[in-house]
Amino acid sequence: MAIEVKIPTILRTYTAGEKAVSAEGKTLSALIDDLEANHSGIKERLIDNGDLRRFVNVYINDEDVRFIGGLDAELKDGDQVVILPAVAGGC
Amino acid sequence: MLTIDQATYDAIVAHAKRDHPDEACGIVAGPEGSDRPERFIEMINAAGSPTFYEFDSTDLLQLYKEMDANDEEPVIVYHSHTATEAYPSRTDIGLAMEPNAHYVLVSTREHGSAQGPVEFRSYRIVDGNVTEEEINIVTTLS
Repeated sequence: MAIEVKIPTILRTYTAGEKAVSAEGKTLSALIDDLEANHSGIKERLIDNGDLRRFVNVYINDEDVRFIGGLDAELKDGDQVVILPAVAGGC
Repeated sequence: MLTIDQATYDAIVAHAKRDHPDEACGIVAGPEGSDRPERFIEMINAAGSPTFYEFDSTDLLQLYKEMDANDEEPVIVYHSHTATEAYPSRTDIGLAMEPNAHYVLVSTREHGSAQGPVEFRSYRIVDGNVTEEEINIVTTLS
């Protein structure tokens, strides 16, 4: 079971510069653990206190995971995952 | 140093004035590694707020897919401050996630939507460190 995960520029330090990596998992949570096993340190950038960080967006097949179960969102072979940091700020 | 053409500069200022008193935001994309801000893309501030901006998550994905397909990257990430100076706030610094981008800040605090000059400044924000840079406005990018 292989799922392609697109990695944003800011996190490519964890993937030796790769723009996309392959990972496995039946849920987003499991997928992130698998990413962490191969790219140590990346999990902390995605998860805080057991939940997805507020300013990190993750999409499964173009759907924001916040609307499809968050970390419990289900994955299957061939799905495409995109990680994008929010573009946000405030005075 | 940020080199930007006059038309793009004017488009950013016009957007900031139009959305005042809410913060305006957007990107100028360019070919990867070129440092050329070529394609102006106005974004909607999903927060619709005078003190905060955030790209809508669906728009954000669309934008990055488009840039990916074109081999582009965000050369400029801009937003406005409507009541404070054109300097990155702590929130701006904490959330700056594009180490290759020029972060442009426009302040409309003086004239709002009306005619008149704005503050227009550019920064690099990398690992929480802010460095202001010079801006070179050209007629067209050479």
